[in-house]
Amino acid sequence: MTGKAEGSLLYLDDVSVSFDGFRAINRLSLVLEPGEMRAIIGPNGAGKTTMMDIITGKTRPDTGDVLFDGSVDLTRLDEAAIANLGIGRKFQKPTVFESHSVEDNIALALKGRRGALAALFHRRSAAEQGRIDALLATIRLSDKRDLLAARLSHGQKQWLEIGMLLAQEPRLLLVDEPAAGMTDAETAETAILLKEIAKTQSVVVVEHDMTFVRALGVKVTVLHEGSVLAEGSLDAVSANPKVIEVYLGR
Amino acid sequence: MITTFLIDSLDRRGRVVVALLVALALLVPAGNLLVPEGSAFHVSTYQLTLCGKYLTYALLALSVDLVWGYCGILSLGHGAFFALGGYAMGMYLMRQIGSRGVYADPVLPDFMVFLNWKELPWFWQGFDMAWYAFLMVALVPGVLAFLFGWLSFRSRVTGVYLSIITQALTYALLLAFFRNDMGFGGNNGLTDFKDILGFPIQAPGTRAALFSASALMLALGFVVASAVVRSKLGKVLIAIRDAESRTRFIGYRVEHYKLFVWTLSAAMAGIAGALYVPQVGIINPSEFDPAASIEAVIWVAVGGRGTLVGPLIGAVAVNFGKTWFTGVLPEVWLYALGALFVVVTLFLPRGIVGLWETVVTGRSKPAKEPDEAGEKAGEAA
Ligand SMILES: Nc1ncnc2c1ncn2[C@@H]1O[C@H](COP(=O)(O)OP(=O)(O)OP(=O)(O)O)[C@@H](O)[C@H]1O
Ligand SMILES: [Mg+2]
Repeated sequence: MTGKAEGSLLYLDDVSVSFDGFRAINRLSLVLEPGEMRAIIGPNGAGKTTMMDIITGKTRPDTGDVLFDGSVDLTRLDEAAIANLGIGRKFQKPTVFESHSVEDNIALALKGRRGALAALFHRRSAAEQGRIDALLATIRLSDKRDLLAARLSHGQKQWLEIGMLLAQEPRLLLVDEPAAGMTDAETAETAILLKEIAKTQSVVVVEHDMTFVRALGVKVTVLHEGSVLAEGSLDAVSANPKVIEVYLGR
Repeated sequence: MITTFLIDSLDRRGRVVVALLVALALLVPAGNLLVPEGSAFHVSTYQLTLCGKYLTYALLALSVDLVWGYCGILSLGHGAFFALGGYAMGMYLMRQIGSRGVYADPVLPDFMVFLNWKELPWFWQGFDMAWYAFLMVALVPGVLAFLFGWLSFRSRVTGVYLSIITQALTYALLLAFFRNDMGFGGNNGLTDFKDILGFPIQAPGTRAALFSASALMLALGFVVASAVVRSKLGKVLIAIRDAESRTRFIGYRVEHYKLFVWTLSAAMAGIAGALYVPQVGIINPSEFDPAASIEAVIWVAVGGRGTLVGPLIGAVAVNFGKTWFTGVLPEVWLYALGALFVVVTLFLPRGIVGLWETVVTGRSKPAKEPDEAGEKAGEAA
């Protein structure tokens, strides 16, 4: 199995998971190349979020292989270990640390040692401060750095969470519905930001907003009932009769 | 490194608190020992001891705030750590009695002679030495908390379930310590102390010194707690409180952080118990009463959870009220306490300190309070 996964960044093969007898993920296979950006679409309940749960260690698959970097078995690791391997995640429902300032949210996510004792005696270095400032500028929240994250608008929280994701400097970013709740202008900017990120890192984006997916201009995977229904360019999958049936037949 | 770490740790309010406690440590004993009895500034020995007791409660409240206010772990069993520290101190004080007990046995405490025991159990060894006993005061609760936390945090027991097992912990210890064959004096506990560090325990000078020690220990506890919560570790704790799984996905091992603060907090509670015992003159199993742990949580809620200062104020204010009520209207106290808790939960989510901030500075910190945890306290109480 390792042979097939060779050269891939993320490799899911024949993965299944059931909740109380309901198969949320059904023999799912998916391969992501290093540096690739992939969009995942699919109707509600298709298993998109559950797939991210499996990759990040929140949910253990019943069967199947989940390999990172061609060989690291993610099913044996916990969330913290997977995060430290370089897999970052943005949640569907934006989750930032509401009683911390915007700046502290970024500081907590910043790549670095994660041990308790290291944190106890940690002093923020100039390099770290520089990195925080740069990230705040990227996500356009420099002027809100001292504001409690709870005070941000929905769209700003989404951006803050993307900023936290970048702060971790992951090799693979899993981004679940980044444009949800955003205005059209914010959505367009988010697409630009993600494309910028994809120049240096691998990205998996789940999104319902087709304008957004089109703006990304990348290979699309359609999930349905826990497995891959179609894969290809957005135009190709949109023309696929099976996909049309799933989307229209609801 | 440690000293700069501690000094940097205080904000303005923290410096005021520490200064006040140090002043208290000097002035109250002076008012007791130096100011003549007729004067308005005289502090009676009764008042001094009462206040000393409140200070140990304040230290207990501070330890509860560390885990509950900053990490969202609602402990309903912190009284157990307080009592264990108290027992460790009680064992030292028992062994200080020596042959002055009723049965005049040079080694065995009276209750052991009464039970016909021939020799000191192994776990009583060493408690004749102050340094060893004082170490145990923090170590025993710390080790118990470490084991308890290691098991529960690793299995990701959280919320109400964790609160319930902390209650079970203190209840189990209550039952165990009631048994005579446990070797801790059963239902009567440990009492009739004579000396501490060679000084007669009832003497005014000793009482004044115990008061000062309580105030200074509280100040030290406050500095340590501030250092912890203001460090990056403290920020991670708050992150865990607000969004535990998010914290994991950023790569923090949540259980290690919880274990650190939980163990530290238990050791702090143990030290509080150890200072409490020589001032009240007795330690018995009733200190393990689950209700005592719940009361400590109420002090924190009343003063202001997650503020460090609030729990100090809450512990002193509520216990002052308790002393007053039990003197005047003893039947009413429990109802008053219950009503207070309900009022605070409903109307003052950040307690007295939150109210103060709103009134005086005109700004309330809009920290999102994890309401869910407050409800848990209500249910369990
Ligand atoms: N922990 C869980 N326990 C039980 N069922 C679950 C669990 N997680 C997911 N499911 C179920 O699995 C199915 C797939 O859910 P998932 O959240 O992955 O869908 P999704 O594709 O992300 O949908 P959406 O577009 O609405 O976000 C749903 O029917 C959901 O109810
Ligand atoms: Mg989803």
